[in-house]
Amino acid sequence: MLLIRCPWCGARDEIEFRYGGQAQVAYPADPEALSDEEWADYLFMRDNPKGPFRERWVHAAGCRRWFQALRDTSTHRLIATYPIGEEPISLARFRGTERA
Amino acid sequence: MSGRRLDAGGRIDRSRPIRFTFDGRGYDGFEGDTLASALLANGVDVVCRSPILGRPRGVVSAGVEEPSAFVEVAEPWFEPVVAAPMVNLIDGLVASGRPGVGRLPAQTHRTKPSVTRNRHVETLVIGSGGKGLEVARTAAARGERVLLVEREPYLAGSGLGRGPEGVEVLVDATALGVYDDGYVVVLHRGPEHDTVWHIRAARVVLATGAFERPIAFADNDRPGVMLNAAVGRYIRDFGVLPGARIVAFGANVTVLETHDLRRAGAEIVATADVREGWAVAGTEGETRVEAVHLVGPGGERRTVEADLVAVAGGWNPALQLYRAIGGGLRYDDDLATFVPDGSGPPWLEVVGAAAGDLPPSVAYWYTPAEDLSRHFVDLQRDQTVADVLAAVDGGLRSVEHVKRATYIGTAIDQGRTSGTMTAEIVNVALGWELGAQGPTNARPPFVPVSFAALAGLDRGPELLDPVRRSPMHAAHVERGAVFEDVGQWKRPRYFPHGDEDMQAAVARECLAVRDGAGVLDASTLGKIEVVGPDAPAFLDRMYTNRMSNLAVGSIRYGLMLGLDGMVFDDGVAMRLAEDRYLVTTTTGGAAAVLDRFEEWLQTEWPELRVYCTSVTEQWAVIAVGGPKARAVLADVGTDLDLLNDAFPFMTFRDGVVAGVAARVCRVSFTGELSYEIHVPSWDGPHVWEAVFAAGEMFGVEPYGTEAMHVLRAEKGFVIVGQDTDGTATPDDLGMGWIVNPSKGDFLGKRSLVRPDSVRSGRKQLVGIVPHDPDLLLPEGTQLIRSSTIGAPPVPMLGHVTSSYRSAALGWTFALAMVEGGRELRGRTIHAALAGGTAPVDVTDPVFYDAEGARRDG
Repeated sequence: MLLIRCPWCGARDEIEFRYGGQAQVAYPADPEALSDEEWADYLFMRDNPKGPFRERWVHAAGCRRWFQALRDTSTHRLIATYPIGEEPISLARFRGTERA
Repeated sequence: MSGRRLDAGGRIDRSRPIRFTFDGRGYDGFEGDTLASALLANGVDVVCRSPILGRPRGVVSAGVEEPSAFVEVAEPWFEPVVAAPMVNLIDGLVASGRPGVGRLPAQTHRTKPSVTRNRHVETLVIGSGGKGLEVARTAAARGERVLLVEREPYLAGSGLGRGPEGVEVLVDATALGVYDDGYVVVLHRGPEHDTVWHIRAARVVLATGAFERPIAFADNDRPGVMLNAAVGRYIRDFGVLPGARIVAFGANVTVLETHDLRRAGAEIVATADVREGWAVAGTEGETRVEAVHLVGPGGERRTVEADLVAVAGGWNPALQLYRAIGGGLRYDDDLATFVPDGSGPPWLEVVGAAAGDLPPSVAYWYTPAEDLSRHFVDLQRDQTVADVLAAVDGGLRSVEHVKRATYIGTAIDQGRTSGTMTAEIVNVALGWELGAQGPTNARPPFVPVSFAALAGLDRGPELLDPVRRSPMHAAHVERGAVFEDVGQWKRPRYFPHGDEDMQAAVARECLAVRDGAGVLDASTLGKIEVVGPDAPAFLDRMYTNRMSNLAVGSIRYGLMLGLDGMVFDDGVAMRLAEDRYLVTTTTGGAAAVLDRFEEWLQTEWPELRVYCTSVTEQWAVIAVGGPKARAVLADVGTDLDLLNDAFPFMTFRDGVVAGVAARVCRVSFTGELSYEIHVPSWDGPHVWEAVFAAGEMFGVEPYGTEAMHVLRAEKGFVIVGQDTDGTATPDDLGMGWIVNPSKGDFLGKRSLVRPDSVRSGRKQLVGIVPHDPDLLLPEGTQLIRSSTIGAPPVPMLGHVTSSYRSAALGWTFALAMVEGGRELRGRTIHAALAGGTAPVDVTDPVFYDAEGARRDG
């Protein structure tokens, strides 16, 4: 069970959280301006990298706040967690530096 | 001879005798014995028969690696199958031999009580050998919280029997698994109860030691063949001599400490050192070893009378926990086995023997022979060297495949003695280098653990999942309600009179609502208050229709869609004030709807000033419906003007009902005139009873969810989650009228014009009327075009989602999702049933009061 650091509550067990998929996939400003392909891309397509991945989590059984996490999908290590809207960590800094 | 108890020695307490029963016979042992040591002390050679071949099997080891001696424990607690060395002897223990496959008794059995506990520490050390103790001592000296767990009853590396200063010690405590971020689950076996510890450690140190490895030879499964270190442990720790005339068979430098043996009155009658070319070729004996055949460097043969073969095949580091959390292995030539390669999570360390701090050994896995079919590799699976080689001959190269072909390593011991041996036999057979591939990966739990132990005190239906009850639950029980589970809620399904069955009760309840008045407990409906200056704009984005222009005091039905355009939930929104709404959800969908509101507010629209609060449990909801509902409510006593003009459909009024403050809503899920009375939950029982007291002369009946389902289906009202399955658009349900494309964006809107959402041939909601008015179609029934079921694949038109007997109509009917269903109205299709097909008519889904004349009474 992962130990996840909620930016508001601190480190808590994974069972208090719910996963929210890839982060920073913004809801389109004007969905009706999108082609069917563009809309389908927003709706169904997500990245699936091996290595650092920006994710959304919610502290569902805690403060109920959504936040972002940078997690290495190959080691499960949570490199950082931070509030929605913040981006304190450069993803590139971590690419290729994590142990596989 | 068989084993016997020595006159002195051991850690057992000879002043505390223990009486136990094995295979129906009574025996004596001592406090501190395991079942294995006590059986050896009593001269019991055969503990069980092997599961496939039925061969006699005895004790091979003194610990958790035991591959041979398995028992079922019947008293004082039931355990279906457990290794004899893992059973601590207690008074009144009743056990019997059980080949390595467990069996559950027909009757409910007593399980050992257990609790779960949590602990946070800086350092957790698993294993109490010298290195483990040293690590624990150093960490404690730094001021850390340190926990040391040891699966044996005493510390391995300390003569003192206690741990270093400042270290919390658990003995009889086996780590079941090491998980992400230093999360470790430990089973702590106590005399009265077990404790499952959930430990979170900043650093986990594996000092798990090593398992001695066996060597395969002919009839190496005969009782009397034992691991070398186990022989020493039985003498030293339990004062038990497993055999007096010993053949020492070894591939590494550790040999029996002869002074132990001399003192015990035993002797080594022969030593077969593989480095000198000698080996044990086989054993003979009735039920245990009586003679041992040796083979020399030149092929010369010798037979000695002996009763015990002590096998010292070298050591394999105990790395099961390490590997399961992602640690890797490398092959070590000197040890002829696998050691940690330094990978794995940063918070995990491996020390001591587990890290490869072991005496050197040679790779010697089995004594060569023509016939290898009695050279046992995995005793618990009855698999031999010949079986492994047959798998390789069959074309298998990976140990993972050999494991699945032979089942080696899949038994309770998880291949602790057989895994590395199997890998090396495969490597050599393929002509590969030793260590080319290692053993298969063992997964948690490290030792078997009962579900009862994991559950701890969280047993029984109340604690498995929270049970939620309406404020009027006690009144329903008193009225004899039959309950059903709806999500976590207990809801009355129907209220039988006398010995009435469900069909009769539901018919009566439905007619009461259609002809008089019925009362439903609707408290379980999800209720969310949405508050804030931007609440109107927010709800416009969440629902398919407009909520911002709803007048204060009015109610509007709404649908919520997934982003994919499929119906997600439904309910009504009541505008309590300019900046305040109360929205209802389905009983099962309340949490998901609140989650969704919060997610969008926090992640996409943080600029919206909106707060959402679940108020489901704050309100009791009593729905009074039927042509006499107005008269009933007037009799209950209210200051509200109930006439249609003053209090029209889809509005609510705040007032007093039965003497308490109430909010009354004109909504209807049955098509009848209905008043939903919302009162604070603690007033619910009072108002519920007041309705019955007043309604007696009107013949008011309580009705349950089953009648509610029939009544709403007669009106063609869908239940999201029953008639829909996440693949229906509003238009599929015939509810295109509720989608307001002109109001701006809302969730799912863009998907409603995706090519797939507007294609022809989508499944649409229709009514289904069987030609046979008594035929009740099972829900889920497939609908097909023709009256004969052709060869598969049979083209399916759709399926029945709801099906009932209608008392008001006098016949059965159903709702169904059918391809191009609306165009099929008026046509006959067929229901595929177990015994054939039945003709059914496709109709409009509204069966009763299609013009909606009844809702105003």
